[in-house]
Amino acid sequence: MQPARNGGTVINVEGLRKTYGRLAAVDGIDFSVRRGEIFGLLGPNGAGKTTAVECIQGLRPFDAGSVDVVGLDPRTQADELRQRIGCQLQQSALPDNIRVWEALDMFASLYGSPVDWRRLIDQWGLAEKRTARFHSLSGGQKQRLFVALALVNDPEVVFLDEMTTGLDPAARRVAWSLVEELREQGTTVVLVTHFMDEAERLCDRIAVVEGGHIVANDTPMGLVSSSGGGIRAVFGCDPAADLAFLTAVPGVGEVRRGGRRVEVAGDGPHVALVAHDLAPEDFRVQQPSLEDAFLRLTGHGMEE
Amino acid sequence: MHAATTHLNTPGQAASAGGDAGARRRPRPMTSLRKITSVELKLVLREPLTLVFSFAFPVVLLFVMGEVFGQSTGDPGEVVFRDFGAMDYYVPGYLALVAVAFAMISLPTHLAAYRERGVLRRLHASGVRGRQILASQTLVGVALTTVGAVLVTVLGMLVYDVRGPAAPLSVILIYLLSTLCFMALGCLLGALIPRARAAQGIGLILFFVMMFVSGTAPPVEVMSGVMLDIGKALPLYHAATALQDAWNGLGVNWTEVGILAGITMGALALTARLFRWD
Ligand SMILES: Nc1ncnc2c1ncn2[C@@H]1O[C@H](COP(=O)(O)OP(=O)(O)OP(=O)(O)O)[C@@H](O)[C@H]1O
Ligand SMILES: [Mg+2]
Repeated sequence: MQPARNGGTVINVEGLRKTYGRLAAVDGIDFSVRRGEIFGLLGPNGAGKTTAVECIQGLRPFDAGSVDVVGLDPRTQADELRQRIGCQLQQSALPDNIRVWEALDMFASLYGSPVDWRRLIDQWGLAEKRTARFHSLSGGQKQRLFVALALVNDPEVVFLDEMTTGLDPAARRVAWSLVEELREQGTTVVLVTHFMDEAERLCDRIAVVEGGHIVANDTPMGLVSSSGGGIRAVFGCDPAADLAFLTAVPGVGEVRRGGRRVEVAGDGPHVALVAHDLAPEDFRVQQPSLEDAFLRLTGHGMEE
Repeated sequence: MHAATTHLNTPGQAASAGGDAGARRRPRPMTSLRKITSVELKLVLREPLTLVFSFAFPVVLLFVMGEVFGQSTGDPGEVVFRDFGAMDYYVPGYLALVAVAFAMISLPTHLAAYRERGVLRRLHASGVRGRQILASQTLVGVALTTVGAVLVTVLGMLVYDVRGPAAPLSVILIYLLSTLCFMALGCLLGALIPRARAAQGIGLILFFVMMFVSGTAPPVEVMSGVMLDIGKALPLYHAATALQDAWNGLGVNWTEVGILAGITMGALALTARLFRWD
């Protein structure tokens, strides 16, 4: 366990279960989030991430389990909870004809202690659009407006569900640094995403969700080292060449070939030996990434 | 879970943006309601179709009936228009009709569209209460339809020689009660019907049915018994009758007022139970 920045647990979820008819969208998950960390929920489509966070935010009733957010129970204290958390929902909308500033001004009026929304307009790159109507915004601009709305009450915990969907690469990077700034200020962030680079860059810890379960919960580095698989050497080679000798090299795990492409997996030092014996020109070494860990954990890909 | 909850209320750092809960002020529901209502009012003013429907429709109706009947009282010996002048009969009814048009068509469609598109979800997540949504829609409806009602009254008096209301205060109060009653029913429709398209269709049908069986199109005297029975089961008949009475010097019709108040309460109670955010 790494030390939490400001100490204390802000979210505690135990045995959370939510079913839709016979489908258990969330099937008994447990996790806790410490104050001041960025906690990621990473998982394929339909894994149950949105359902889980909406239960935690008090937006959906759930069937079993206990949830505690900033000391409040979302089932019985949802109103007080909403004052203290911020939510950017995966699916929501604003009236077509509302202007950007009007939306921020109206949402600020819903809270007892709002921040100055003019600052949020600047921070989230909406200054030029402050009088634009919602329907005229681009997808990414709408998304940034929703994030700004989630922050208008200066929340203790903010839930961002696919925050960077629809953002261009530059806007994503700006969004990432703003989220890091939130962490600097001590705000706890729950980040739902399926972008590996985003999770790897931002999250202190990540829960990998699959089929309504949490299949792993660790730091990004921890996930990579426990589930990422070894280093891989990749190079091109005549498809007819006999590479049987490779399996005898110490540390080599698996050799896979497809046309000219050869992929040799295994532990660190084998790479040097493989390279030494073959000296191919296009020799590359691939470190395992969070994506490798993710794919292994969720059982997607890899075993094509 | 309880092992962890002991830490849950640890206050944040002094510099923490989250701040500790103690420093948070309570929201002010009336301030929020005022803001939501003013935004909704601006939104409806940016909706030309709603405006045209709310203002032009009653004016057109007034023109048609005025040109056809003027202040006619029917043939001698035959009682029609409740023995008032035709326009003294129609204008008070139109005050209610303007509100019915907005409440049956615009309001439920608007609410259902908000639900369908996820606007309600967004508002809910920020702590908006259902009653704030409904109150803001009602206030916007009352504001808009009151402009329509004043328009109809003034035009009726100027162009068709309608006499001024005999008991202006009673007319205003009954008008407000009727409007509230229709808006509450509109909110109920908006709570019941999940999709905007469906709300629009159902609303239009209800509006035309009400208009034709409540004495606001064919006068009560020419309606068949079945038509009258249907009319009496719907609120517009009662609103129109109470308004005609107060307008034409028959005083406050407490029976109709009671019926309108009862429908309003029932609609509000049902709406509170049935309202859905998504
Ligand atoms: N309102 C609903 N009614 C019925 N089934 C639902 C409902 N909402 C979600 N589901 C189902 O629950 C499962 C989990 O959905 P959820 O939206 O939580 O997934 P997710 O992990 O957020 O996926 P994505 O990455 O695509 O956003 C899916 O199989 C989905 O079809
Ligand atoms: Mg989702």
